[in-house]
Amino acid sequence: MTKIKSLFISLVLTLGVSTAIAGSHGSTLDLVKERGKLMCGSNTGLAGFGAPNDAGVWEGIDVDVCRAVAAAVLGDASKVEYVPTTSKVRFTVLQSGEIDMLSRNTTWTLSRDVDLGLEFVGVNYYDGQGFMVNKSLGVSSAMDLDGASVCIQVGTTTEMNLADFFKANGMSYESVPVETNSEADAAYLAGRCDIYTTDASGLYASRAGYPDPSAHVVLPEIISKEPLGPAVRHGDSEWADIVRWSLNAMIIGEELGINSGNVEEMKGSKNPEVLRLLGVDAGYGAMLGLSDDWAANILTQVGNYSESFEKHIGPNTPINIQRGLNALYKDGGILYAPPFR
Amino acid sequence: MSIVTQNFSRNKYFNWAVKNLFSSWVNTIMTIIAVIFVYEIGSFFLNWSIFSADFKTNFEGEIITDRTLCSKNIVPGEYGACWAIIYARWDQFMYGLYPVEETWRVNLTYALLPFAIIGILFDKLPFRKLFIYFTFIFPFIAYFLLYGGPGLSTVGTNKWGGLLVTLFLGVTGIGLAFPLSILLALGRRSKMPIIKSLCVVFIEFIRGVPLITLLFTANVMLPLFLPDGVNPDNLLRALVAVTLFQSAYMAEAIRGGLQAIPKGHIEAAEALGLTYWQTTRKIILPQALKIAIPPIVNTCIGLFKDTSLVLIIGLFDLLGIGRAALADMTWTKLYYEVYVFISLVFFIFCFGMSRYSLYLEKKLKTDNS
Repeated sequence: MTKIKSLFISLVLTLGVSTAIAGSHGSTLDLVKERGKLMCGSNTGLAGFGAPNDAGVWEGIDVDVCRAVAAAVLGDASKVEYVPTTSKVRFTVLQSGEIDMLSRNTTWTLSRDVDLGLEFVGVNYYDGQGFMVNKSLGVSSAMDLDGASVCIQVGTTTEMNLADFFKANGMSYESVPVETNSEADAAYLAGRCDIYTTDASGLYASRAGYPDPSAHVVLPEIISKEPLGPAVRHGDSEWADIVRWSLNAMIIGEELGINSGNVEEMKGSKNPEVLRLLGVDAGYGAMLGLSDDWAANILTQVGNYSESFEKHIGPNTPINIQRGLNALYKDGGILYAPPFR
Repeated sequence: MSIVTQNFSRNKYFNWAVKNLFSSWVNTIMTIIAVIFVYEIGSFFLNWSIFSADFKTNFEGEIITDRTLCSKNIVPGEYGACWAIIYARWDQFMYGLYPVEETWRVNLTYALLPFAIIGILFDKLPFRKLFIYFTFIFPFIAYFLLYGGPGLSTVGTNKWGGLLVTLFLGVTGIGLAFPLSILLALGRRSKMPIIKSLCVVFIEFIRGVPLITLLFTANVMLPLFLPDGVNPDNLLRALVAVTLFQSAYMAEAIRGGLQAIPKGHIEAAEALGLTYWQTTRKIILPQALKIAIPPIVNTCIGLFKDTSLVLIIGLFDLLGIGRAALADMTWTKLYYEVYVFISLVFFIFCFGMSRYSLYLEKKLKTDNS
């Protein structure tokens, strides 16, 4: 986080508090239903997470959360208006009520959750700072990196994390400061540094564009916590519940083996949780103020978490990210949704 | 040296070259270095951008639908640019995310735009009056076509993008700022203290603040102060910021022109019994604006390029849409192609403006200036 950013956030904070209080108008759910479409704050373009494709249709795993909420509330995943937001304006755009929810690789932190008048409703991608090296160096662990030169974006939290990590492990490094991701790519490829460090998802996305992606390896050590997730405004818990459970429905869908292809078939399942999720056992949608087939709509139109992950950032895409932390808890990851009952 | 010159005096190009390029050994060396430099850069660029580049298809004749099919990604080091990204994203570069079936509306607006501005650009045009009338109704036609109205479906400005947003901000910003800046410049030279101080404060405040700050203020602060549910359009907010910014700068350019006019002209006009507005309209402004043409065009070109700053508030202008294209996994890392294309588009417009200003200066040239 740059200095400017924190300055800006404190500025927003002073102004935002007054709005958060004033912002307790009618419920967001009614507003969305009345409008007939969901206003969703998206990225201005981040590979695999949210970007318009050649046909102008937004795609990505962050975008899929917006689509899931639209499917749950309006019954149609395509009824979303995307409002591209930059990292600098994203929170005020949400606070001012221009968008109903924000889903753009935003790290859930205490100050954002508490101070900025936001409410993070879950995590749709567990990110963390990682290291990328050229395979020819023969390095397999970050512990072997003593004395290496590191391409690092100046003035960011990654810079501080890096210093902490090397200090804690009694190692030294030489920093090669760069300004932007693309500059880092160029410096790293030109061999001006041995290692390139930033959020792991960013490393994978960069690597995908390299002339020979297989020559580079992202090391297994992740040295910081960057849980990315959708956020809504403080003060409308019903709406927060809907967004939270829309995301959870995708995760539970994967747990129960329900995907976009077998929803109808699964409605005949004997598993009571499946029947509750798909609305065969009525009543759960009404608790959220939605129709009973809300989760079935999400799973038919958007798919479960695994489908979304595999389609946009998984090993078969150019980004090529392994599930890792983002695997279900029973598959060795930490993705875990509360029970649907 | 003189013998050489005489022998070849028939050839004036040769003479010119000898005089300007090879007059001393230092110049000769410089010339040779410059020629080699230009040749190397030029041949590299032409080779990269045209001769060994992919347009629609790669070297195997396949149609390129994603970056992996680019020749340069199949055989690294052998081929140049992969322009397929521009082909594939052409609509987005031109219209942003405007609905495909409605893009004829944008095309029609683009086609009408020259007719709307030609009347103000050239005074010896046949039927100029009609063109001028059209200029005044064009904004309403453009609004109706682009945004929608009776008979046309509404296309929200969040769907606008690419060249459309760049031109919209540039043309509308300059168009609105021009009259405003004349008033500001006159106000700043006014003898009425309140008007004068208002204009001074406005101009100095806006000029003292970077455009980015104004854009942020318009984008972020404005909605916080307005009641809930009142959300002025994102693009409109940017337009307001751009217009205010441009009017302050242009006002100073025009004030420069105003100050260059000899006091005698004003006194003569007063002696003839002309009112303030008559003097201003018929004597002061025509001269002042003529003098101010170069700085006015300068600020216009500056503004046109500055419109790309709106990408930091999340608007997809030409640059923003290019970056979004790069973020698509299908096309990622084709940086050079996208940025070269965007530069070319900006260059065409800015160069056009600059040539027009030269033409205008020549046409209006009189001996006293």
